[in-house]
Amino acid sequence: MQMTALGKTTRPSLPRAPGAPVYLDYQATTPCDPRVVEVMLPWFTEKFGNPHSRNHRYGWEAEEAVEKAREQVADIIGADAKEVIFTSGATESNNLALKGVAHFYREKKNHIVTVVTEHKCVLDTCRYLEQEGFSVTYLPVRSDGLIDLGELEAAITDKTVIVSVMAVNNEIGVIQPLAEIGAICRKKGAFFHTDCAQAVGKIPLDVNAMNIDLMSISGHKLYGPKGIGALYVRRRPRVRLVPLITGGGQERGMRSGTLATPLCVGFGEACAIAKAEMAAENERLLGLRNRLLGGLKQRLPEIYLNGDLESRIPGNLNISFAFVEGEGLMMGVKELAVSSGSACTSASLEPSYVLRALGVDVEMAHTSLRLGLGRFTTAEDIEFAIDHIADAVEHLRAMSPLWDMHLEGVDIKSIEWAEH
Amino acid sequence: MAYSDKVIDHYEHPRNVGALDKDDHAVGTGLVGAPACGDVMKLQIKVSAEGIIEDAKFKTFGCGSAIASSSLVTEWVKGKTLDEAASIKNTDIAHELALPPVKIHCSVLAEDAIKAAIADYKKKSG
Repeated sequence: MQMTALGKTTRPSLPRAPGAPVYLDYQATTPCDPRVVEVMLPWFTEKFGNPHSRNHRYGWEAEEAVEKAREQVADIIGADAKEVIFTSGATESNNLALKGVAHFYREKKNHIVTVVTEHKCVLDTCRYLEQEGFSVTYLPVRSDGLIDLGELEAAITDKTVIVSVMAVNNEIGVIQPLAEIGAICRKKGAFFHTDCAQAVGKIPLDVNAMNIDLMSISGHKLYGPKGIGALYVRRRPRVRLVPLITGGGQERGMRSGTLATPLCVGFGEACAIAKAEMAAENERLLGLRNRLLGGLKQRLPEIYLNGDLESRIPGNLNISFAFVEGEGLMMGVKELAVSSGSACTSASLEPSYVLRALGVDVEMAHTSLRLGLGRFTTAEDIEFAIDHIADAVEHLRAMSPLWDMHLEGVDIKSIEWAEH
Repeated sequence: MAYSDKVIDHYEHPRNVGALDKDDHAVGTGLVGAPACGDVMKLQIKVSAEGIIEDAKFKTFGCGSAIASSSLVTEWVKGKTLDEAASIKNTDIAHELALPPVKIHCSVLAEDAIKAAIADYKKKSG
């Protein structure tokens, strides 16, 4: 095994519990890297101090650990440690960025620009702000999942306080052109917030080169612990916000509450590992993903990739398996842990709003699977997944009346279906 | 969401998957649901001269509960008269398969498929 700058072996293996499915849902969450867990452990027990205690060694050592973690988080996005606020996760960070900035500048500006394919926590926060009287523009995406920069520029007015565009989409893995978006926002005088929950540790990020003013980060999407995230808040030019949580004034007054030292330490270590290994890991994942897509295409006709292939993180595929319903398919691939854009998998009866926003037909949106690869995915996992998915799709197509119609040359759109 | 053992059994070992000749006068075909809603069921029955359903086949595009519901009704309708088959209620299907509330529509669709197949047979046999 190769040594990294951290002086530790790369990519430890993570044994699966007997009978547990192969995990291919890395956009939902990632396991903690064992190296991360190792550095966290002392901070639960013998080093249990409150990092805000100024009077004794317990507090000092905890504070030092938290500040080191803050630097590690700042380092992976090219920021200064003073600009990093710890939160409970990306949902809180997105809430703090949008509500905090909107509320602070509400006397001068009342308009927000975001995108229809954002995560629900951004969209729902925007809906909340609309109810408070803010106006929100929801930009559409093209069929490749990316926004049109001309439309973005046209949407920003002198009343626009903040533009929020996610870096990497959680369902289809496409990467928005952050540097171009940042340049437009800076030119037009609007703050640029980006939800980077799926991006940090997956693609190179630099808050200065990309003119990012606020960035949301999640710990558990990059092999760190759940329950922690961060919000980057630019200091020059200064971004101000109204806190969501008030109290002891921790985190420069932007987020009160005692920091969770073990979680901060783990999150910091996860960032350090991700930064050191990103280039090599991306290359490895790209090889696995190309094999997965190629293998599935070789075995199965009528499968369609959702979202752009080029501007996409290496660890994501989102594929529609025409004529096979997604939840039925998930049941057929029970040896794999994956997720589907099918309506049946959610409480609502609508299929994935992200796929619909791309212009994917409702019928095809129902047949999609999201396959997420990550640090502990092996070549054997991929070979197994290809066979398992292809077998299940063939089995279900043999059972599908729509597949029969397709083989008979009947266009299913020509039939008058009784929608129920 | 966990599926009941009966749903899993029908999903993994579906009964009576296949097709009957839709042009046969003794065959009634019901096609219900819509691809846009995520489920489509095709149920076919073959009716004897005595008015007994002697064979049934299905094909379903849908989730595990939809597949199980249609598989189950092919078993239930065989050997029944048309009136007996028409009296099968979605609640019976939902109860047998222990479907959760969000999956009740699968059993409704299966009941509709039986009724549609019977109606098609009656129309053809005139």
